[in-house]
Amino acid sequence: MAPAIVQTASPGQFVMLYLPPNRQQQLPRPLSIFKVNREKGELTLFFQVIGEGTSILADQKTGSTIKVLGPLGRGFPAIPANSLLVAGGMGIVPLVYLAAAAAKPCTLIYAAGTATRLVCPATDLEIAGVTLLVATEDGSRGEKGTALDLLSRLLNANTDCCRAVFSCGPRPMLKSVADLGRRTGLPTWISLEERMACGIGACLGCAVATTDGYKRVCHDGPIFSAEVVIFGD
Amino acid sequence: MVTEPDLAVNLGGLKLETPILAASGPLGDSHQYRERFSTSALGAIIVKGISAEPWPGNPPPRLAETASGVLNAIGLQNPGLKHFLEQDLPRLRNAGPRVIVNIVGRTVEEYALVAAGLNGQEGVDGLEINISCPNIKAGGLAFGADPDQAYQVVSAVRRQTTLPLLVKLSPNVTDITVIARAAEAAGADALSLINTLSGMLIDIEKRRPLLGNTFGGLSGRAILPVALKMVWQTAGAVKIPLLGMGGISSARDALQFFMAGARAVAVGTALFYNPELPEQIYRDLIDYMIEHDIAALKNIEGIAQKGVDHNDQ
Repeated sequence: MAPAIVQTASPGQFVMLYLPPNRQQQLPRPLSIFKVNREKGELTLFFQVIGEGTSILADQKTGSTIKVLGPLGRGFPAIPANSLLVAGGMGIVPLVYLAAAAAKPCTLIYAAGTATRLVCPATDLEIAGVTLLVATEDGSRGEKGTALDLLSRLLNANTDCCRAVFSCGPRPMLKSVADLGRRTGLPTWISLEERMACGIGACLGCAVATTDGYKRVCHDGPIFSAEVVIFGD
Repeated sequence: MVTEPDLAVNLGGLKLETPILAASGPLGDSHQYRERFSTSALGAIIVKGISAEPWPGNPPPRLAETASGVLNAIGLQNPGLKHFLEQDLPRLRNAGPRVIVNIVGRTVEEYALVAAGLNGQEGVDGLEINISCPNIKAGGLAFGADPDQAYQVVSAVRRQTTLPLLVKLSPNVTDITVIARAAEAAGADALSLINTLSGMLIDIEKRRPLLGNTFGGLSGRAILPVALKMVWQTAGAVKIPLLGMGGISSARDALQFFMAGARAVAVGTALFYNPELPEQIYRDLIDYMIEHDIAALKNIEGIAQKGVDHNDQ
């Protein structure tokens, strides 16, 4: 499916999925790209059923056709060897794509509150040259603690181990990662989420506050340098 | 037998090849949309509100999805008149559809300044005065809710421009026909209606308003009956043509607005659900007109009002 998207996509970019006509009308859903296979022209998306839109998507039968717009947004910059990738929960999606494209070796931290929230298939996490570290807050899988606990420990143990940090996950986690990036001076890139309508930078609905005014998550992002993002609350 | 129905309309001096317009807002200045989608079915694109100076817009979140609708509080973020003239307008020239620029301000003088700056600019085919945005604290809706203020701002703009002048009306008023008459008296060539309905949502986990601006404007399919009623009422109150909008997402929706008295229609929120919607509406309109032997849209403009006793409403 979607061969043109597959040929031009880069890690961190997303697509808009237009929902089939339904009673209520739902906005298209922005979904991060999980995997691409350029030879086969295959695009893989991976999402969690949260509300009505994702339910409608999940209800689609195998073989049904759906309109897709993309690739959209600005992806991650080139990722150097010895980078740290930090994923919280569903934030794993763009980081699997990034890990596949990264210069090796690199380290992928994958964390969630509890083991059942670590939904990414194990086979997709086995990438040559990528060291996987898993953490859960309740200790039900991997180390007990948060993504940030693991990240801080790695950096404290060996400050040379890391050239840059790339992260996606819940906003509080991204804020902590951004703070850490500021303290350590490590180049830090984060993938942001916001409610979107057009996905192409026109409607100005998905604004995020930055040091350079409001930016569009869909067009100026979704990847931002952590330095510029102003976290509210 | 009609084989090639005429979809061209004259909207207050603005000659449009099709009666389907893109409403101000969803497409911004439309250049991102035009890069990706055909605009051949659009008679005109209405550029998102331009003010004298740049406006930053409202704090996020700015959007929420509602039952068959969207609640937004963008806050008229725009790069200002100078940037629009230098950077955006050149890209819009020869884009295909006619270009109508929506203008906003906090004072009568600001509106007049923007109108003066746009008058005579190549590529600008018309102006739409926004006196109805519910999402900014000063100006905006204040001008749209009071007939005297509406009259003042429209006549001030009228003095600055020879372009066809549309005035976009708010539904957040007791009687929209009062404002409509004031705008007509002040020199409007056509009226656009309706803007969004004021509303809000609360985030029950955070226990506070969901939108950064607290209040937002409701659009989408949910508001169609409200918009249609106001077009119906306004059609009976003024002589200038109407551009109907509010929840239109099909040719069948558009036909209701024509039959209520609209000369043309605009789609907004529905472009999010289907960016190729204008072409679909265009094709379906032609099919409907052929099937019902309608040679031109003027033959059905306001036709549903015939035989209805307005004194009973």
